[in-house]
Amino acid sequence: MENTIVTKNLVLSKEDFGSDQMVKWCPGCGDHAILKSIENVFPEMGIAKEDFVVVSGIGCSSRFPYYMNTYGFHGIHGRAAALATGVKLANPKLSVWMISGDGDSMAIGGNHFIHIARRNLDINYLMFNNKIYGLTKGQYSPTTPKGSKTKSSPQGSFETPFNPGELVIGARGKFFARVIDTNLKLMTQVFREAAEHKGTSIVEILANCVIFNNQVHALITGRETKDDNQIILEAGKPMIFGANNDKGIVLRGTKLVAVEIGKDGITEADLLVHDPSDPDPGIHLMLANMAPPELPAALGVIRSVAAETLEEAMYASIAHEKKVSKIKCVDDLLTSGATWTID
Amino acid sequence: MTSKKDRVVELKKAVIRFAGDSGDGMQLTGNLFSDSTAFAGNDFATFPDYPAEIRAPQGTVSGVSGFQIHFGQVDIHTSGDLADVLVAMNPASLKANMSWITREAIIIVDSDAFTDKNLEKAGYKTDPLEDGTLNGHILVKAPISTMTKEAVKELNLDNKTAQKSKNMFALGIVFYMFNRDYKPTFKFFEQKFKANPLIIEANKAVLTAGYYFGDTLEAFANTYKVEPADLKKGLYRNVTGNLATAWGLMAASERSGRKIFLGSYPITPATEILQELTKHKELSVIALQAEDEIAGIVSSIGASFTGSLAVTSTSGPGLSLKSEAIGLAVITELPIVIIDVQRGGPSTGLPTKSEQSDLYQALFGRNGEAPVVVMSALSPADCFFAAYEACKISLEHMTPVILLTDGSIANGSEVFKIPKVADLANIIPPIVPANDPDYKPYKRNPETLSRRWALPGTAGLRHRLGGLEKDNVFGNVSHDPMNHQLMSELRKEKVERVANFIPEQEVIGDDNADILVVSWGGTYGVMLTAIEELRNEGKSVSLAHFKHIMPLPRNTRDILSRHKKILVCEINLGQFVNYLRMQFPEFAYLQYNKIQGLPFMVAELKDKVNELLND
Repeated sequence: MENTIVTKNLVLSKEDFGSDQMVKWCPGCGDHAILKSIENVFPEMGIAKEDFVVVSGIGCSSRFPYYMNTYGFHGIHGRAAALATGVKLANPKLSVWMISGDGDSMAIGGNHFIHIARRNLDINYLMFNNKIYGLTKGQYSPTTPKGSKTKSSPQGSFETPFNPGELVIGARGKFFARVIDTNLKLMTQVFREAAEHKGTSIVEILANCVIFNNQVHALITGRETKDDNQIILEAGKPMIFGANNDKGIVLRGTKLVAVEIGKDGITEADLLVHDPSDPDPGIHLMLANMAPPELPAALGVIRSVAAETLEEAMYASIAHEKKVSKIKCVDDLLTSGATWTID
Repeated sequence: MTSKKDRVVELKKAVIRFAGDSGDGMQLTGNLFSDSTAFAGNDFATFPDYPAEIRAPQGTVSGVSGFQIHFGQVDIHTSGDLADVLVAMNPASLKANMSWITREAIIIVDSDAFTDKNLEKAGYKTDPLEDGTLNGHILVKAPISTMTKEAVKELNLDNKTAQKSKNMFALGIVFYMFNRDYKPTFKFFEQKFKANPLIIEANKAVLTAGYYFGDTLEAFANTYKVEPADLKKGLYRNVTGNLATAWGLMAASERSGRKIFLGSYPITPATEILQELTKHKELSVIALQAEDEIAGIVSSIGASFTGSLAVTSTSGPGLSLKSEAIGLAVITELPIVIIDVQRGGPSTGLPTKSEQSDLYQALFGRNGEAPVVVMSALSPADCFFAAYEACKISLEHMTPVILLTDGSIANGSEVFKIPKVADLANIIPPIVPANDPDYKPYKRNPETLSRRWALPGTAGLRHRLGGLEKDNVFGNVSHDPMNHQLMSELRKEKVERVANFIPEQEVIGDDNADILVVSWGGTYGVMLTAIEELRNEGKSVSLAHFKHIMPLPRNTRDILSRHKKILVCEINLGQFVNYLRMQFPEFAYLQYNKIQGLPFMVAELKDKVNELLND
């Protein structure tokens, strides 16, 4: 098709995308790992170097385009989704990657976030969620847990935070995944799936801000605690987690519940089997909302539902109108309708 | 035909105003009269005057919708000061329009609508048809509602449907008065109501009944005729400013080979631009109705990055929201055309009324040193050429261009001589070929100072743009003090150098008049009419009406220096005059400002100039 990303057999390497700019994130920042993961994914996609566009908003994460040797656009605060929408709609052949943070996406850009999810353009939207404003040095963000003491919430935040996955589903988004910056393998695999999904693929990356919000995700990512507090979802597989793979998720009444396999007669057959392709968002919403200590945080692709993209619909309409319209050029347009001649 | 047909008075020009409740179909009536006027070969201009509410309380003055047409055998530049004929479908529309008609105007009313209840709603204590209010006018009391009902009796329509065509009765009367042929209007009915033959018949019957009512009525001592105007040979049509703007953009797209991307959010009075562009998918237009004004412009900037002719259309409040993004287009030096159809402000202000009060915002409304090209459109038809030129400047000079139109010319219409797209100036955007070894993101054309346009998807040109300051030539992020000074100056000079690529300012009248009248944008028609009339009366007056504002034409200082007095006329409190004071402080400026949501009137401009001439 004319208006879609072209893939071919290309031999590209990490070096093809390496930038000559110095990476200026703090040492120990989670963003370094994300950059590394993207550098792994881009060369293996079969897409020409010049067909990638990396777009961002404002914030620490949004410096990303400067660190990749692709076409890049570092936009203004909160508006990366609108920028990416324009890039993709104007040229659907481009592979568009959008980088944003929790402040950029959930606060100043909240309106654009819900609309890009609803419109479903084929864009890969990576949201680095460190639950803090880092670039302005430590104020609470819309994802900061209630009660957190930050520079702008010295008595503890009074506000109920957003859960990005819940917003994506509420906005009728078709793809949502969650990863952590400490699991490079999972991150790379999920980015690949996001790229392959035709539609707006929103990936929340739980990233650590080593300076202003260190260890905010520790329960989910910590070596000691992670096994009991995270579950990596895989399509078609029962929902099992725990250090000894002896825990699982079942649906009891209208709620998800964590159970131990082998206890109270529970077997693997009782566990929920993950189906990210189910258009019904009910279970996906419950999965996105799971949180320790009652339930493990869900990682991996939570929702991935096929649907028409905005650009497919629009370009199909253009092709149709070109075929049926009597107007072939602007002269035809200007002389259509009521005209008269003066001799 | 009756003997009255022999008493035909020839007029050079006439103004008719149709007024009724906002549901009475006055805009359609006016448009059909316009079509008939075109068919009669007259020059004309129109202006709709409608309330901000779609259906304001019925029968009240705030719910009156009007449509004015000025037509003539002579050149017509405005929709006319005062009406010679008023059609008033109810007491409220009579009341709302009494200040906008001549003292001798012919008034045609639907006498059936002058009930006690309607009189009260309009705020009349006594019946103006009887109490002497209309002395001096020729009053035609036509029982339009009753006669409409009568005319469609045989069609068995319900009363509500029947009454919907009463506007056609009024149109029939006016057609008779001006010796118009109603057959072309029948054709319109046949097309418009194709699916409903009964409605076609009803409209035909009512229009004909109105025509014959005029014929048999003794009220008209005369009928009138306006001979065809002496227009240049060619193909013509009627066009509103908003349609002309959309068409000018599409013409620029075709000539530049860049497909249009419009990101826009609906806002009065600019919405028709979005609606018209989104219709024309056959011309490869991509139109996104964005979630807000900001997404409108930012999506367009994204599209500009990829090589589209990027456009966003809005009105004053929307331009405010787009300010930060315009700065992004300034620093990334990407082309984008921002169309501001000005309305009354500040804030929500007067959404359906016109003003020229966004000039400061267009020139200065951004953080940092953020120069953009600012230009204006002069008239409904000129919107086509202004939009085309805005695209040409933006694409060739790699700069945002703000095009200021206004509610008056956006919704007003005039006769448009249809150009051939091939005859328009060519547009050559500085697109970089693949693998150009010489390409650097901020390397500039020495003549224009514009950088070149490297489009994603092109091999060998990968680069990063963004809102952070970049070093000149290479385009890497730079916080170097001297580089920022250099880049700020380059961005300013790039815009100033556009002056070398636009026409010199023309002056209508003598080179050294007693008064140089200066104006800009959408007031062109009324300014020209006033100055022409004054000059015909032998007054030493000239007109410099500006289309280009930032930069000003190269000869502006020279023009300002040649006349005894300078009078700057604007629909605001003096924004252009202060801009001129800033640029050319050596001259003394007089100013005439009006800010009532209304256009200038020829008469008031002439009064002002005469007053100064007599000083």
